[in-house]
Amino acid sequence: MLQCHVKGCNDPSLSFPLQLKDVELEQVETEQNDDLLANLLQKIDWNALQMTATELGLASLPETIPDDPDSDEAFMIKLHEVLMEMNITQGKMECRGCGHVYPIKDGIPNMLLAEHEI
Amino acid sequence: MKLNALEGYLQEVRVFDNPKVHYEQYPTSAHLAARIVYTAANSYDDIEDKLVADLGCGCGMLGIAAFLMGAGHVTGLDIDADALGIAQANISKFEVPMDLVRSDITHPNPVDQDATASLIANEALLRRLSKTVDTVVMNPPFGTKPGNKGIDMAFLRAALTLATTAVYSLHKSSTRDYIRAKAKSWGATGQVLAELRFDVPQMYKFHKKKSVDIQVDLWRFQQDSC
Repeated sequence: MLQCHVKGCNDPSLSFPLQLKDVELEQVETEQNDDLLANLLQKIDWNALQMTATELGLASLPETIPDDPDSDEAFMIKLHEVLMEMNITQGKMECRGCGHVYPIKDGIPNMLLAEHEI
Repeated sequence: MKLNALEGYLQEVRVFDNPKVHYEQYPTSAHLAARIVYTAANSYDDIEDKLVADLGCGCGMLGIAAFLMGAGHVTGLDIDADALGIAQANISKFEVPMDLVRSDITHPNPVDQDATASLIANEALLRRLSKTVDTVVMNPPFGTKPGNKGIDMAFLRAALTLATTAVYSLHKSSTRDYIRAKAKSWGATGQVLAELRFDVPQMYKFHKKKSVDIQVDLWRFQQDSC
């Protein structure tokens, strides 16, 4: 969901997804809702999620969405864990294009830029 | 959940400690938040199991209301770290998995001269967020403070970009015709669901009266293509 928007940094292949670094993760168990996950699958950028999850060393998600995800129980469990249960409490997100760093503090990413960067 | 029960829970939501006038931080009352989200949930089925966003979430009142009515996931965006800190405390207290992002969805309108400075939506930022949620519920700044001109419309523009289904928003009743026309120019149709009184308590030094009621409309917008 979050991409670099520094002025002049507009190579779409590099400005998204941001690379997570020095992260502290916590897992909060929540109830799995398959309808919600199916809805989310239509709205997220799968490649970005897959790449980010792999970089974080989380449950390995397949490179493409299975043909019939709703009936793939193991896949839905993994997806729930990565999307709904993993919280990043501290860390930073770095743009692969311009190197701008967006900090994450107490679970809240800060996407604000200084005036000269807008 | 019944409306009264929802409002009762929402009264436990903590609001701004030191509201900032330049961000037009007026808390959404439990009374209003309950009615907005209850209507969205029960009259239009826009909340339960849905992906919801709250733009200018402040202390998280509307997002928490959405969770209490069964939202699948809620993301709250706000520019102010202090407000987000309170929102985070509310989220922990209510044990709802709401995500918060500190972000500015507006920027100064580049065509303006200084004298008429106004804000517009940051389209570049919104492009990737396009159609990432089902429903937006928000109580945007009304754009009545110097430097904030146009911010209500910038928020509406952003909300219409994010939502695939519907946008619920509060706007001053005095701007009704303008809002309807503006939404239409963006390919959306707006409907006024209710006229409400927004009770602005005496929070700032420049407030002379103890509290002032502002007449506001609760709108529901949807894209014409839906």
